Amino acid sequence: MDTAFIIETIIKIVVILLVFSALAGFGTYFERKVLAFMQRRLGPMHVGPYGLLQIAADGVKLFTKEDIVPAGVVGPIFKIAPVITAATAFMAAAAIPFLPEFTLFGYTVHPIVADINVGILYILGVMAIGLYGPLLGGMASNNKYSLISAARGAAVFISYEVVTGLSLLAPMMMVGSLSLIDFNNYQAGGIGEWIIWSQPVAFILFWIAAFAETGRTPFHLIANDHEIIDGFGTEYSGMRWGLFFIGEYANMFFISFVMAIIFLGGFGDGTVLGAFALLGKVAFFFFFFLWTRAAWPDVRPDQLMWLCWKVLMPIAVLNIVITGIVMMF
Amino acid sequence: MSLEQFKDRNVGEQNYYQVDIADYPTTGWGKFKRAVDRTFKGELFVGLWVVMREMIKFDIHTVQYPKEKLPIGPRYRAVHEMLRLWESDTERCIGCGLCEKICISDCIRMDTRYDENSRKEVGEYSINLGRCIFCGYCAEVCPELAIVHGPRYENTSEQRAHYVTFEDMLTPIDVMKAGAQKEYPGFGAITPHEDERVQKTPLAY
Repeated sequence: MDTAFIIETIIKIVVILLVFSALAGFGTYFERKVLAFMQRRLGPMHVGPYGLLQIAADGVKLFTKEDIVPAGVVGPIFKIAPVITAATAFMAAAAIPFLPEFTLFGYTVHPIVADINVGILYILGVMAIGLYGPLLGGMASNNKYSLISAARGAAVFISYEVVTGLSLLAPMMMVGSLSLIDFNNYQAGGIGEWIIWSQPVAFILFWIAAFAETGRTPFHLIANDHEIIDGFGTEYSGMRWGLFFIGEYANMFFISFVMAIIFLGGFGDGTVLGAFALLGKVAFFFFFFLWTRAAWPDVRPDQLMWLCWKVLMPIAVLNIVITGIVMMF
Repeated sequence: MSLEQFKDRNVGEQNYYQVDIADYPTTGWGKFKRAVDRTFKGELFVGLWVVMREMIKFDIHTVQYPKEKLPIGPRYRAVHEMLRLWESDTERCIGCGLCEKICISDCIRMDTRYDENSRKEVGEYSINLGRCIFCGYCAEVCPELAIVHGPRYENTSEQRAHYVTFEDMLTPIDVMKAGAQKEYPGFGAITPHEDERVQKTPLAY
């Protein structure tokens, strides 16, 4: 392993960390604005032009707020839980190709930290670990609402994770690889070759599961503000709560990238146009997360489990079987 | 937004109708049919379209309060004002003490004395706005239309007891000279066409 590789990897990691931390902040701004416009409001308007500096104000507030560790909590677990959420969200980004290869000052840059051959498996695994954040944080908080949230987290987790894995199995069988680069190259021929056309059911299942994975509105029951205050986040304050927040929004961006690459062709043949197309797809998926939040009600935990176990999982299994039969003949 | 729009709430002109809610299914087959029905009906997309339509129409209803204010009605009861006579620019208050007497939260305190012409005049007059419930009785009972409620509804105070004195409430003399005193159309004011409605006191019972 030469030094140049290590330096390049470290630079890539720092860039991804900075870009997506900032994007998480912008994500909150976009979410407030989009939600406000959909509800005939204006959203943040006072800090900066059109409220653009609201992110900076929020950042200053989060960083300077007192870090309260309440009495009766399990200290070390309480303190480590937000770090798990944020860290695993960014760890999952290691196997995601954010852009096609490009040449910078005569040096070919691969905008992926590690093109490992178990890419999608690694991403799903690390994102699944991310659920330990809400789980441990909720259980260690010494607060009954947090405890309910942790219990819901565990129930939701085992429900949707099955659907996520099974729905991705069919595309994996078609591509024959777990690397997201291979997924992308499989669909490099243009819109007609996107996996969404051959696997529409898997796409919808994975999309639904992505909402549960990120805990967004139809399945926002782990941290449902109007039922259980903020769930696992109730006892957190300052930057520890901010880490949960960054983790959630970074997760939304990363799962959007995963969906765009696996089902919607990714960056295609790797031209500049393809790169912008990928960013556009990701932007659409991110916007859809906000859109549903304005439009749809939340489901109950038992409804989510009913949906995952009795509806989505049988469909996913059927999808795999049918895909297998079609591939065999 | 004009005052007319603000006041027109169109009560009773909407077309209310009963929402058509189907009975809750009891059998397993009924529940299954309902689930399938809801899945393929596309109701979720109706919701998505509704919020997207509002975003595209961009019909924002926010009033950015410190910069924009909604108009208030003429009968709004905010901080009191003391009016002057149009003829002589002197204050209308004759020190009768009715407002002090009727005040149900006991927040008006007044001291009167005889002036050099043996006429009653107000010496001390203060209202504790911390106690005042802005019921409007003082304005209603006032025989001279002297104390009225103005439109100033933004107040701050360092303490709960916050007093305004007679001089604070009295129309400034330069405003009066400019003819800019606002007459009070609210509680206790003389209604239009009052002269036609006045009847003679019957002398024989």
